[in-house]
Amino acid sequence: MQTALKTTSIKQKTNQALGVNLEDARISKSYLAVAFIAVLLGGLLGLVQGLNRAGVLTLPAWANYYQVLTAHGLLLVVVFSAFFTIGYFYAGLSHTLGGLLPKVRKIAWVGFWTKIVGFVLVVIPVLMNEASVMYTFYPPMAAHPMFYFGLVLIVLGVWALSVGAFMQVAHWRKNHKGQHLPIMAFFATGVFILLVGATAFVAVEVLFLIIPWVLGWTDGINVMLSRTLFWAFGHTAVNIWYLTAVSAWYVVIPKIIGGHRWSDLLTRMVVIPLVIMNITGGFHHQIVDPAISEGIKYMHVFMSLAIGFPSLMTAYALFRVFERTARQKGGTGFIGWFKKMPWGDVRFLSPFIAMVAFIPAGAGGIVQSTNQLDQVVHNTMWIVGHFHLTLGMSVVMTFFGISYWLIPYLSKRVLTPNMNKVGVVQTIIWTVGMVIMAISMHIAGLFGSPRRTSFTTYGDFAEQLGWNPLMAAVGIGATLLLIAVILQVYAVFNMMFFAPKGETEFPIAEEEPGAAKTPYWTERWGVWVVLMLLVISMAYVIPIVDMIVNAPPGSPPFKTW
Amino acid sequence: MHLDEKIWLFLSFGMIMIFMIFTGYQAVALEMGPPSHKETIDPQKVDQTAPFDNPGIKQIGENEYEVVMTLQIFSFTPMDIEVPAGSTVHFTLTSKDVTHGFQVANTNINAMVMPGHIQKISQKFDKPGKYLVLCNEYCGAGHQAMSTTITVK
Repeated sequence: MQTALKTTSIKQKTNQALGVNLEDARISKSYLAVAFIAVLLGGLLGLVQGLNRAGVLTLPAWANYYQVLTAHGLLLVVVFSAFFTIGYFYAGLSHTLGGLLPKVRKIAWVGFWTKIVGFVLVVIPVLMNEASVMYTFYPPMAAHPMFYFGLVLIVLGVWALSVGAFMQVAHWRKNHKGQHLPIMAFFATGVFILLVGATAFVAVEVLFLIIPWVLGWTDGINVMLSRTLFWAFGHTAVNIWYLTAVSAWYVVIPKIIGGHRWSDLLTRMVVIPLVIMNITGGFHHQIVDPAISEGIKYMHVFMSLAIGFPSLMTAYALFRVFERTARQKGGTGFIGWFKKMPWGDVRFLSPFIAMVAFIPAGAGGIVQSTNQLDQVVHNTMWIVGHFHLTLGMSVVMTFFGISYWLIPYLSKRVLTPNMNKVGVVQTIIWTVGMVIMAISMHIAGLFGSPRRTSFTTYGDFAEQLGWNPLMAAVGIGATLLLIAVILQVYAVFNMMFFAPKGETEFPIAEEEPGAAKTPYWTERWGVWVVLMLLVISMAYVIPIVDMIVNAPPGSPPFKTW
Repeated sequence: MHLDEKIWLFLSFGMIMIFMIFTGYQAVALEMGPPSHKETIDPQKVDQTAPFDNPGIKQIGENEYEVVMTLQIFSFTPMDIEVPAGSTVHFTLTSKDVTHGFQVANTNINAMVMPGHIQKISQKFDKPGKYLVLCNEYCGAGHQAMSTTITVK
């Protein structure tokens, strides 16, 4: 016991004295640099689309709308989010588990380069207009084979990083028997388990269905099966980015506002169901599909809505933490305590707006997971508005907020008051842009405007159905967003290379003094993974067997762009 | 756990259950379930397979019509349908190439139409006017041009 105490205190002291381990910092900085370059490019392409749909920009012949949209989706949903998540959690693992093991460091670099090579292979056919198949690449549309080889490498990279994270966690647990995994590492474990689970589905789709088919080894593809496997990945991926943001809400934000963490047990009890129930949520993307019975679809409404429950717990927990902290600082009144929050601190402001955005975003998500309501908005601009709230605000604004302490921490620099001001301005511009865009998209969707469609008036229907002013607003929103992106990327690279030298802490909030001890069962990851597999089997075995047994003759590949 | 937290969790759970109950009631009792037809077809032999060998609109009862329709890049067959106000139209749909979407603006018609699968959806058209029919799943370079109309007289 004495030695255990001693080693932790020595470790804490070394962490304080030396700050971040430089070799570990280089890993995280590389991931974050790639992430923010992706944001810049993705945001630029977003502006191009926004202006096209607003009807003010005609795209040149060499760049069609669908090519631009494919790149925008891949850059932001796959590159930015994944690289940020990995960079952030590897920094978190290094910080809370006493530095990365040398072999984990090696794995992190192998994973990095595997992913980069994968992305280059994906990007080349996209640039050549040989892969304008969108983020979803539904067969029987077939891209150039290189696109799919790239995807395989990306997945292999993700698996390498997951293995690295698991090794790091296992090593710590072996040396700290009976102790709870530090909360940041607990979130990381959940995120990497989900990454493996989600990418397993898309790996099966790409390796066993698509690649043999685009190479001509098989005649036809099972269209429904590939689509179902895709969504088991496609939805989980975005939920993983959300869980990453949630980790900062629970662990980091309370420290930044000078408070304590929410109940450790309840925090872990939010992570566990999000891991167990997440992958089955993908089915709600297929509510109006043929070949899935209404009974199965109804079961999946339940499975999708169930994910909402931990999020509702989160909403309560976070606002409770804010209130408690503000009252300790002398805030009074029913809502008057709000004045005591650090509104001028970008590290709080940006994630706070992200949390608020999740209220309408989550409510919209519940609407869309419900069969009959989904039928009204499926594949309309409503959906685009929804994921610009969930990803574009809740996730991205949290990631932006994190960057204002994580990057100075990694580069041994500080966040200057001026840079904080840049951050606050950036946050406000981004918020205004995203709110204008998301609201217009939701309404246009209700009026029937389809997603993933380049500028068209459908004769005079666009005018008659009232889409035009809304799409013009989308263009305005996209313009504001690009301004915010430029400020953000400037801030990131300034903090990485030019800001004044100094020590910045990795903010991790403590538990309340005298908090009840968390029971040890929360650490039984083996049980949670088995439960996750059971829930996945419950959801997928029947429909997937049905899709294979009752499959129509397969479809040949098509290039329709 | 505080009392207000217990109340919040109870309300959260209750809200989710209410959504479940309404969805189930609408799907089962009001027969508003989402389009989920389970029937397959050889996607390369659509033109030779009944009923798609003869696509078009057919009156099947008083105020009741059946539309057999194929979707292909970047059109619908048949195009520009006309029905009298107050009629119920049953659509039977399939795709001859890639995945398409079948949506009629200002109605609740919204269904995925995939090669190899036959999809069915019905709608009663009460209000006269011209309705926009569009493909709402990206299907290729001319996706934005894939539309037609239903005229209700």
